[in-house]
Amino acid sequence: MSAYRLPQGGEIDRTQPLSFTYDGRTVQGFAGDSYASALLASGETVLGRSFKYRRPRGIFGAGVEEPNIHADIRLNGALHLNQRVTTEAAQNGAQLRACGAAPGARSDRTRFVDLFARFIPSGFYYKTFMRPNWHLFEPSIRAMAGLGRVDATQPEGMQGEQRNHHCDAVVVGAGPVGIAAALMLAEGGLSVVLCDDGTRPGGSLLSRVAVIDGMDGAAWLAQALARLNAAGVTLLTRTTAFGVYDHGLIALNQRREGQADLFWRIRPQQIVLAAGAIERPLPFDRNDLPGILSAQAGLTYLRRYAVVAGKRVVIAANNDTGEEVLRALRDAGAEATLIDTRKGTTILSAQGRQQVTGVTLSTGEAIACDAVLVSGGFTPTIHLHAQSGGKLDWDAAKLAFVPRPGSSKVITLGGVAGHFTLAEAFAALPAALGLGQAPQAEPQSYRVAEAWPKPGMKGRVWIDYQHDVTVKDVELARRENFISVEHLKRYTTLGMATDQGKTSNLQGLALMGALTGRTIPEVGTTTYRPPFTPVPLASFAGPRGGARMNPVRRLALEAQHRAAGAKMGEYGGWLRPIHYGTDDSAILAEAKRARATVGVYDASPLGKIEVMGRDAAEFLDFVYYNTMSTLKPGRCRYGFMLTEGGIVHDDGVLVRLDEGRFIVSCSSSHVASVHALLEEWRQDRYPDRQIWIHDATPETATVTVTGPKALAVLERAGIDAAELPHMATGWTQLDEHELRVSRVSFTGDRSYELSVRQDLAPLLWDRAVAAAEAEGGGAMGIEALMILRAEKGFIVIGKDTDGMTRPMDLGSDAPLLRKKADFLGRRSLTLPEAQRPDRNQLVGLLPADGQGMLPVGAHGVETHQGAKRSIGYVTSSHQGAGVDHPIALGLIERGAQRHGEEIILHHLGTTRRAKLVAPCFLDPNGDRLDA
Amino acid sequence: MTRRYSALSLLKEGLSGQKGWQPAWDDRPLKPRYDVVIIGGGGQGLATAYYLAKTHGITNVAVIEKGWLGGGNTGRNTTVVRSNYFFPESVRLYDLSLKLYEKLSIELNYNIMLSQRGMVSLAHTPAEMEMSARVVNAMQINGTDAELLDADGVRQRLPIHHGGPDARYPALGGIWQGRAGTARHDAVAWGYARAASKLGVDIIQQCEVEDFLIEGGRCRGLRTSRGEVRADRVGMAVAGHSSVLATKAGFRLPVTSYALQACVSEPVKPILDTVVLSPGTGTYASQSDKGEIVIGGALDRVPSYGQRGNLPVLETVIAGLLEMFPAFRQLKLMRQWAGIVDVVPDSSPILGESPLPGLFLNGGWGTGGFKAIPAGGTLLAHLLATGQHHDISRPFDLDRFTTGRLIDEAAGSGIAH
Amino acid sequence: MQIFSCPFCGPRPETEFHFGGEAGNDRPHGGASVPAQDWAAYLHLRHNPKGAAREIWMHTTCLEVFVMERDTLSMRAEPGQALGGHA
Repeated sequence: MSAYRLPQGGEIDRTQPLSFTYDGRTVQGFAGDSYASALLASGETVLGRSFKYRRPRGIFGAGVEEPNIHADIRLNGALHLNQRVTTEAAQNGAQLRACGAAPGARSDRTRFVDLFARFIPSGFYYKTFMRPNWHLFEPSIRAMAGLGRVDATQPEGMQGEQRNHHCDAVVVGAGPVGIAAALMLAEGGLSVVLCDDGTRPGGSLLSRVAVIDGMDGAAWLAQALARLNAAGVTLLTRTTAFGVYDHGLIALNQRREGQADLFWRIRPQQIVLAAGAIERPLPFDRNDLPGILSAQAGLTYLRRYAVVAGKRVVIAANNDTGEEVLRALRDAGAEATLIDTRKGTTILSAQGRQQVTGVTLSTGEAIACDAVLVSGGFTPTIHLHAQSGGKLDWDAAKLAFVPRPGSSKVITLGGVAGHFTLAEAFAALPAALGLGQAPQAEPQSYRVAEAWPKPGMKGRVWIDYQHDVTVKDVELARRENFISVEHLKRYTTLGMATDQGKTSNLQGLALMGALTGRTIPEVGTTTYRPPFTPVPLASFAGPRGGARMNPVRRLALEAQHRAAGAKMGEYGGWLRPIHYGTDDSAILAEAKRARATVGVYDASPLGKIEVMGRDAAEFLDFVYYNTMSTLKPGRCRYGFMLTEGGIVHDDGVLVRLDEGRFIVSCSSSHVASVHALLEEWRQDRYPDRQIWIHDATPETATVTVTGPKALAVLERAGIDAAELPHMATGWTQLDEHELRVSRVSFTGDRSYELSVRQDLAPLLWDRAVAAAEAEGGGAMGIEALMILRAEKGFIVIGKDTDGMTRPMDLGSDAPLLRKKADFLGRRSLTLPEAQRPDRNQLVGLLPADGQGMLPVGAHGVETHQGAKRSIGYVTSSHQGAGVDHPIALGLIERGAQRHGEEIILHHLGTTRRAKLVAPCFLDPNGDRLDA
Repeated sequence: MTRRYSALSLLKEGLSGQKGWQPAWDDRPLKPRYDVVIIGGGGQGLATAYYLAKTHGITNVAVIEKGWLGGGNTGRNTTVVRSNYFFPESVRLYDLSLKLYEKLSIELNYNIMLSQRGMVSLAHTPAEMEMSARVVNAMQINGTDAELLDADGVRQRLPIHHGGPDARYPALGGIWQGRAGTARHDAVAWGYARAASKLGVDIIQQCEVEDFLIEGGRCRGLRTSRGEVRADRVGMAVAGHSSVLATKAGFRLPVTSYALQACVSEPVKPILDTVVLSPGTGTYASQSDKGEIVIGGALDRVPSYGQRGNLPVLETVIAGLLEMFPAFRQLKLMRQWAGIVDVVPDSSPILGESPLPGLFLNGGWGTGGFKAIPAGGTLLAHLLATGQHHDISRPFDLDRFTTGRLIDEAAGSGIAH
Repeated sequence: MQIFSCPFCGPRPETEFHFGGEAGNDRPHGGASVPAQDWAAYLHLRHNPKGAAREIWMHTTCLEVFVMERDTLSMRAEPGQALGGHA
């Protein structure tokens, strides 16, 4: 192509030259250029390769519709993949690389593929590559596919930003119609956001001649922008409204220089869609050659960037818009010819290899040229209307699908509504918006005649440029019965490229209609899905990364733990001390010390949900498996909470402070779910009863002192609990502060849970740890506690139980047999499955092969007629602290009846032998509790 | 006329303008009577028809589809096939499927592009590592391939994974199933349709079930938008909409319908070689042969039949993906969609005779129906042909909800579907 | 992002709500004597309507449990109604 730049005119600033590279070649441009305009002005032709046939391709469009040319752009160290060169403002120093071509677009190594095009039509891969298997062929096909190249050495891309915004109306498209609509709405008192995906507002006024309210287009635009500003309209350029979601949410993505894109969520009262229409190409042999552009793109390059598409230009149009393009090119000094296909003459074929050199007309006439500008009519940009559930009607006069009035809440205007002249578009404004007066434009005519691709067309006629779908491919789809519009799309991949078929879908439908004797509306469209144009993943993710992703909950005592050298880890959403040593050997040392003297640990995440009121006891009888109403004030009882399916959901100690006040101590990771469960059943089953529920977990800190010296530690710390028996609770003092002490044990040793107001936690912790150290003990982490509880066979829900565990599997069947009141999950416990004799039951395991700890996750196996079968698995395994050997817990089939038996364990291909024992390895009589 | 697919036939057709190809399946009118009618022209229904004809010799069969073949979840899923399940019942089902998939391209003479690139299910915490060991051992005992990876093993397979100790979700290891991978979803439906049609099955698109013909307490056929059709055995494979048809047939199912979001990025050069699942971040991803990163995640929070994209879950899923692969911040999302899935309390399928005698069910697949297509088809065909369960489908009968014998994969393994 | 209306807090984003099942799925009385079929129906069987639905929801920030009428296809959602009418 011999495109060239005019010495004057356009939006560019000739005093500010810039340069960038494309596939290594230096390209000159000016401030105000897009990459595409600078490339065209430099006479660049082959800038990309098509996806499948590796055809040479040049720029076709001037905006988001561009199907051909995408580049990876490296600028200031940041890499932007798959950018359309038509939508990006040219930047000095940028390095562009044609996507999907290697080493470059001109010299692509795979360009030979086009020679074999006849053998690889649509869907050819479904018919071959089967033997020996797909794996043999897949790597080379994968290597050829794909556009941009992710730079894994540059992982630190920018995090996206998001904004929720409130306004009365969002107007999409800042062309003359969108601007007029925004003005009418804003001057009518509404708050308005007006967005446009271009670099500046104006839309068609930037490239087309118009007279509005007696002013020429540029003058009208200038005063309209001033009025927009005065009316307080928020104008967002480079901002694509890409999706309308449920309940009227519209999502926008704003591109910003040097900053991450900004993702807007807006839920306005009105969405006004004035996004215009996209020009279609014309079908003829080799219509994909570089130098063949959309006519409106040619006009845009001329008027906005002073770039003339060629010295000898053929314009072909099936509608009235060709005339203006012809005049403009002639005015610019080009030799231009207009083929008005409505008069019966069409282009049959284009000639050229790397760029177009001429066309042959249906009359037989051949015209030499270096550029062809084509207009096959306009396709309304109805995407957001359709996404919001809107229906479409076929407008046979306009040859376009237009929004069915009233079928969505989106108001559609201008080109979107099939109003392809300004006069028509403005005239429809007052009724559409229900508001005042619209601007006036001089009437123009828009008449269009069909120029669809036809069955049997000679040569290679492209429909989808990016995915290389031709007329022959649609014919093949028809031949093979892929005639539903969705089958057509999926079989030929028509419209599935990054441009999502903006310039191609309708021609495909029209051709399929012609092939199957159906009208275009009978063929129908595929579903319009977000996003309208590709949106960075980072915009969707927003600021959710790193520490802000599922943030951990922090202990009030974190500073104390860290000062004491704690290694912290995440347990059930909380960041807790794992141990206080330099390595994992500290765990066993802490556990042994607690068994010998005393250990102090931070138990603050333990649930403390208060249930209060006259009817609390009856309510708790229902939500607990165990009978709780018989618990005496000042006492504690261990119990299970089940799901209605009879599965153990949580376990823990219920504390009865007084007649009408209980504390549910649920597992730290289950506080939210137990709280919700309690509230749900309270409101559903006991709506008019006196029950109040309050989660006191966040405001309470709990420090637990455990070990033979626990009472001595309390005495040293000045906490009086000497009279408190096991499983009792009461109030005492820490200095002048209230402190609740419960004597419950998760270790098997004498233990005191000390709970205070959150802000008193450091005082309590420092006091308890100092006292423990004086007694030969000290702080211990969660992992030491895990050893201590496992030695006693105390379970951790979700670790030592699974989603099938019933309380009987844990050795608790008394409530099911004896409890009078109904309770959650009761009926499920008497189903055949719950009563099955061969259930997995909690059991202790000891290594029977003298080889150390059993691996967690190992399965017990039985072999029957050569077939292995799992009989359960190891759930917890530790080196003992109170006993001098490894211990383990597991859920094993009929485990409770098999104490003393040996089983085979399978672990990662190896086997071990283990002996089943009672799930308590230390002090089965509980003497240590009072030691 | 070219019926058989091969490189040679492509070559031959290439020389003559690709003009000799036959319809992949024939359009035929709905007859008034069949031996078996199958509702639902997705992968499951078409596979059922194929196996009825192929394995059981029953060819007087119609598949009726309200829209277009493969237009439901077959055409909306993220194309993953795998059998990394916990319970022996599940492994038998999904491994049967994987084994059939492994031979399917040649059997159907249709390249379904089975790409066994392997799958990593990441473990981000010590607790998840223990659970991973439990699952790997279960898989090995049940006779399917599985390996427990350590952190190095993950690095080797996912070099771009951001898994260091400073990461919010470091990878301590994970479950590796080498035979897992992806397959071209549409091709599975089309391949079965073509093979079934060739064996004489009638494939009827644009035919909606309006009601069941119930006589003497049995299902005797259907009233459709194309007229009545009678058959003594009717199969139903309409996952996502199982409850809608169950209501017409007069019973309820243990099913709630939810939308499952999915999306693809713009295509890029090969960067992600395996399927990766991260239960911790609720994200899974793979790279298609075209170069798109295919992304999926958890179900929406709100029960729905709306087959359209929504933002809340998608945003957290993508955040999870970028947390694992920060380099993917360079990517753009190209297309977003949703499918409607049958969610069952134990996340396992429903296979068996329905409460309406003569009507047989294939549904309840949750998010995992695509990977099960060959097995689901085999098992429903067996039910329709014999009236009896296959050994593999027996545990998945509806009666498990009464006996309580659920096959609760999530409960057993903590792995999301 | 859908907007649901909690009877206690007003309109809030869908992410704050938890689906609690279909309204009218009452727990069978009779404890251990409830027939297995009835218990299974209560636990598992659902109408799962395509279109108009009446459901129980919980607003997870205030823990209000309420009834919401909704359309599962069009996604229209009516404001939530308090249980027992005492919001």
